[in-house]
Amino acid sequence: MAHFELICPAGTPAALRAAVDAGADAVYCGFRDATNARNFPGLNFSVREMAEGIAYAHGRGRKLFIAINTYPTAGNPGPWHQAVDQAASLGADAVILADYGLLDYAARRHPRLKLHLSVQASAANADAVTLYRDVFGVRRVVLPRVLTVPDIARLTAETGVETEVFVFGGLCPMAEGRCSLSSYATGQSPNRQGVCSPASHVRYEPRGTTLVSRLGDFTINRFEDGEPAGYPTLCKGRFVARGQASYLFEEPTSLNAIALLPELKAAGVRALKIEGRQRGKAYIAAVVGAYRQALDSFDRTGRAEVPQLAPTLADVIEGRRDTTGAYTRGWR
Amino acid sequence: MTATMNDAQLTLGPLLFNWPLAAWHDFYARIADEAPVDSVHLGEIVCSKRAPFFADHLPDVIERLTAAGKRVLLSTPILVTTDKERAAVRELLSMDGVAFEANDTGALLHLAGRPHAVGPYVNVYNEGTLAWLAGRGATSVTLPAELPEASIRAIAAAAAPLGVAVEVQVFGRIPLAISARCYHARSHGLYKDGCQFVCGQDADGLPVDTLDGEPFLAVNGLQTLSRRYLSLADRLDGLRSLGVSRFRLSPHAVDMVEVARLFRAVLDGALSGADADARVAERVGEAGITNGFLLDRPGADWVGAAHP
Repeated sequence: MAHFELICPAGTPAALRAAVDAGADAVYCGFRDATNARNFPGLNFSVREMAEGIAYAHGRGRKLFIAINTYPTAGNPGPWHQAVDQAASLGADAVILADYGLLDYAARRHPRLKLHLSVQASAANADAVTLYRDVFGVRRVVLPRVLTVPDIARLTAETGVETEVFVFGGLCPMAEGRCSLSSYATGQSPNRQGVCSPASHVRYEPRGTTLVSRLGDFTINRFEDGEPAGYPTLCKGRFVARGQASYLFEEPTSLNAIALLPELKAAGVRALKIEGRQRGKAYIAAVVGAYRQALDSFDRTGRAEVPQLAPTLADVIEGRRDTTGAYTRGWR
Repeated sequence: MTATMNDAQLTLGPLLFNWPLAAWHDFYARIADEAPVDSVHLGEIVCSKRAPFFADHLPDVIERLTAAGKRVLLSTPILVTTDKERAAVRELLSMDGVAFEANDTGALLHLAGRPHAVGPYVNVYNEGTLAWLAGRGATSVTLPAELPEASIRAIAAAAAPLGVAVEVQVFGRIPLAISARCYHARSHGLYKDGCQFVCGQDADGLPVDTLDGEPFLAVNGLQTLSRRYLSLADRLDGLRSLGVSRFRLSPHAVDMVEVARLFRAVLDGALSGADADARVAERVGEAGITNGFLLDRPGADWVGAAHP
């Protein structure tokens, strides 16, 4: 059986080189505009940087995928069409798309360009994947983080489409691409602007001995003196329901599915994805290196060797706590 | 008021909440008899665990609504992950004598080539996607709640020559997210599999406040909604001029017949939109009303009258 392909994020040329050097099989990036779902200030690639990144990856036998995974703005599809055209002419190994109209455009204009379905399309069952396969020729699907491993195994077997799953990094508890929580509070959404809970709408307010984090007009969390103040991503906030304050949607944890490598292999998963195009090169090098080591070790022994890797990863994960999310049955 | 204004149709969206069977029956009986809506959507779209309670009663309710002159559509679930849920969708779509609304890509696979509606949980953000859907048999689309006027205008302009009707939600809490995790169960210290159907305790959703005690969201099982109620009565004129012809009311535990009459009266020129919004605001109380998304602002915002 083929090795897992390790798919790693890069928000800058330096992070791209770090990912390749640390053992990524493929790196995914976006252009510097609203066409990608990590449209943060100071991130992403100009056309020239993308060309250089592709040359760097290809020179070392690795691949580069370009994420064009926001939903084109009505009345202004130009930037999205242009991004697909540029990806094709630069020789990207695949484009990662979510919008039906854009998939249709790419499939018609660039029949040889390999299409991956973005997690933002939230294809959560075999019928949905079948449509993308048969209508657009999608070769690989990045699965939403709402499925269990048995769900993934059945979907992979039934459709025959390559599946890619997130194994590390930020965890959306909601079905991706179907969430307007951020825009409800800020007016800016992953689907439209490529941002979630954007920094431009975040404020930290001291109140007595506590620090309050706000997103738009809403309080997302409150920290006691000395408690580390996390970033107010809306779904990782603390809210009050039934008279109790809690992390109602999800704790500020990070996904880490390294312990599930044998199960994911048995499920027929083709590629493992690390989240974090917004992260710096040191984080990328540490996480990619740890996963490369884990995958190489898994290839030799068939076992996921978690303990040895934990200290490296523990330093970088959100909230210093991790979870296997929906993959195990804890959510059901 | 122009004649075209009277071509505008009112739609009652699918009930999102887990109401007792008797209340559900009574609700649709009253809608059939009294509510001036043109179309009614049925079907459990939030949680597959709730569906069996209503499945056997659907044919009766469909018949009653149809006899009252309503067009009935069955809406498919928002999030379909298990094989059992996939089979339920196929079974739903095999019913005779009724139209369907697709709410995920899997349903679009099954409905290809026959006329169907596309629901607000399918991401229709632009004219390219609208055209692709029209080519597969879509005859109407209900646009995602977060789209602003400019997007609605561009999509509606592309929809008209393709014969696709454009619908937007104009009343009710705004669906903001769907998850595999049940937040109702979680708030009761339970898991989805042993949920004891605690979502049935909150007819309009479980209120979620910020730590400051400010009303923020409402949880409905796997779904998260806005706490505030969308109320676009004062924007109906404007939406109509953008090319929107259908207006969706999302059912709540307020007097929905009255809500339908208010919106119908505005469409008929018998009541001002601002007056209708004010009456909606009275009915929903402290939760408040919102129109921010339409005006390209945070969805929670309320921006005053279109006709000051």
